[in-house]
Amino acid sequence: MAVLKEIEEEIKDSLATSRRSFVTTMFAISGAIVGGLLALPLFRFTTFPLKKVESEGDWSDVGPAADFAALTAPVAKTITVERRDAWQTASSQTAVYVLPAKDGVLKILSPVCPHLGCSVQWQDAQNKFVCPCHSGSFAMDGQRLGGPPPRSMDALESKVENGTLKVRYRYFRQLVNTQEPMA
Amino acid sequence: MSTPITPEPKEGHHFIERADAWLDARTGIDSILHESLDEPIHGGARWAYVFGSGLLFLFMSQVITGVFLTFYYVPSADHAHTVVSYMVKVVSSGSFIRSIHAYGSSGIIIVLCLHVGQTILYGSYKGKRELLWLSGCILMALMLGMSFTGYLLPWDEKAYFATAVGTNLIAEVPWIGPLLQKLVRGGDQMGTLTISRFFVLHVFILPGMLIAFIVGHVFFFRKAGAAGPINEDPIEPKLPSVPFYPRQVLMDAAFAVVLIGILAVIAKMIPMDLGPSANPADTHFLPRPEWYYRPAFQWLKYLSGRWSLVGGIIMPAILALVFAAVPFLDRKLERRPWKRPITVGAFLLFLVCYTGLGFASYHDDYSDPAMAAQMHKQDADSQAFMNSPFIPETAGGGTPANVASADPIVVKGHALFQSQSCNSCHGEDATGTAAAPALTGVGAKYSEAQLEALLHAPNIKMTAGGMQPVALEAKDLEALSTYLRQLH
Repeated sequence: MAVLKEIEEEIKDSLATSRRSFVTTMFAISGAIVGGLLALPLFRFTTFPLKKVESEGDWSDVGPAADFAALTAPVAKTITVERRDAWQTASSQTAVYVLPAKDGVLKILSPVCPHLGCSVQWQDAQNKFVCPCHSGSFAMDGQRLGGPPPRSMDALESKVENGTLKVRYRYFRQLVNTQEPMA
Repeated sequence: MSTPITPEPKEGHHFIERADAWLDARTGIDSILHESLDEPIHGGARWAYVFGSGLLFLFMSQVITGVFLTFYYVPSADHAHTVVSYMVKVVSSGSFIRSIHAYGSSGIIIVLCLHVGQTILYGSYKGKRELLWLSGCILMALMLGMSFTGYLLPWDEKAYFATAVGTNLIAEVPWIGPLLQKLVRGGDQMGTLTISRFFVLHVFILPGMLIAFIVGHVFFFRKAGAAGPINEDPIEPKLPSVPFYPRQVLMDAAFAVVLIGILAVIAKMIPMDLGPSANPADTHFLPRPEWYYRPAFQWLKYLSGRWSLVGGIIMPAILALVFAAVPFLDRKLERRPWKRPITVGAFLLFLVCYTGLGFASYHDDYSDPAMAAQMHKQDADSQAFMNSPFIPETAGGGTPANVASADPIVVKGHALFQSQSCNSCHGEDATGTAAAPALTGVGAKYSEAQLEALLHAPNIKMTAGGMQPVALEAKDLEALSTYLRQLH
């Protein structure tokens, strides 16, 4: 309150000369204080979704690693993916392909075609992956063989923990030459 | 021949002067500012006059923070508590903004008391100011309604139980009580419709009415003029006047800064807590209203049972009517408080009783050991909940009900529709996308055999659109076409 008294005194002194410009300045200052107090938190509050780094996705169980040791052809497994949507989690089921082990390492492919997002299917008879939508085809290890897809099938990050094969399910941008994860 | 265009007046060289001239020519803002800033204040500017504009400022702060809170809030019994918890624990500045909003209501009640107290002590309601006073009374009632409806919205234990008690009181109203209670709650019990109703009242109806009555209040104030100090004639002011701008404006602005500063400091130091989610089955919870409703709550404790109609409805109604009638009852132009012992005395007596009841309420809660233990447990529960990490709720997704309850062959067809990637182009549930049309209604266009044939060998138009032949075994193809034919 002492400060306000001072301000009052100052106003009295400056009444004759620059009363208007002084009060305008006071308005600017008080406006800036109030604005600074509330505008910044309000801005941070509203733009929070921009700042928040989407969690990289949790690991989903695929099955016991031992089950995949003797694979000779890719096998489709259904996994449950937990997706966080702000204050909700939604779990959805999706399929992944587990490839036969190469040097003891299991590789997992996303079934989503890098062309337009259809589900690529493993054709035992042809010994390759074929997309039912536009006939894009891929070798057993996911390498692009032909058709419209711009790149090979997308490999997913996987690990074996306590004997269980786990995968981190991601979506990747379609129609581009390189694998770009979507946030 | 054309009329020459009048050039923009080039008054002044300074950019601000030119901008002002430009704006004034289009809005008349200079005369509006002149109207509002050069209001004469008889007897000079005073700190005693800052409460009205302080209230307006706090109301604006509530509007702004309230609007922003709705960026995240969901008015549903299922989600309300989760979203408030998300706001407080996860969203940047969420706890701060919620605290400013929640403490802001307490701030409004305090400044409201100061505003009313100043008006009564100064006798500022006298001299053709009945409508100004009445509009103020309605504003006060609306403000109390705002705090009552807003209190429920976080849907935590204290919000739920305090509102359950508060709405129980409505049932005491003679004749229409139970019906009115059901209307307010949206049912016999508190539930998700209660939260919807309170949300609509809190966010649309009451604020709309508040804005309308604030406009009226300010209008009546401007018409009657500022009443000035206690030795001023309220109708024909005689004291020398100074304009509202700059002294009074500066005081009002300083008060506003102090108010928001206090709110911000409290919000930062003691964030408003959020208790555990409402559990209607909890029989131990002691419901307590906000501090400014505590005296009323205590009053009802004394007058429970068959006196609750008198204590809860009739006496407050009479008190409110007498309060609203003050400028009609106290008609003399005498304004010095010591010359008006009845009005001032009655107001002070009310203040003393109300404060005393409030203290008695807190004293009751904390002097009984069992009750004190429960109150401390409730506080500890809130603290524990505030300190625990945010847990997201599980979305109730799953298969749409119409498919889940359908024929097994339809379910199989739906699964094939997805596994064959038909949904990539035709959309989930075959409702169509930019890439391909909806398939709803194909049952009316094609027989089962025709549809199966088309799926197996698409026609030229379909192939041109990117449709691939569906290579499925006969049984699967039948399931797919059955699924498609039942879409509508």
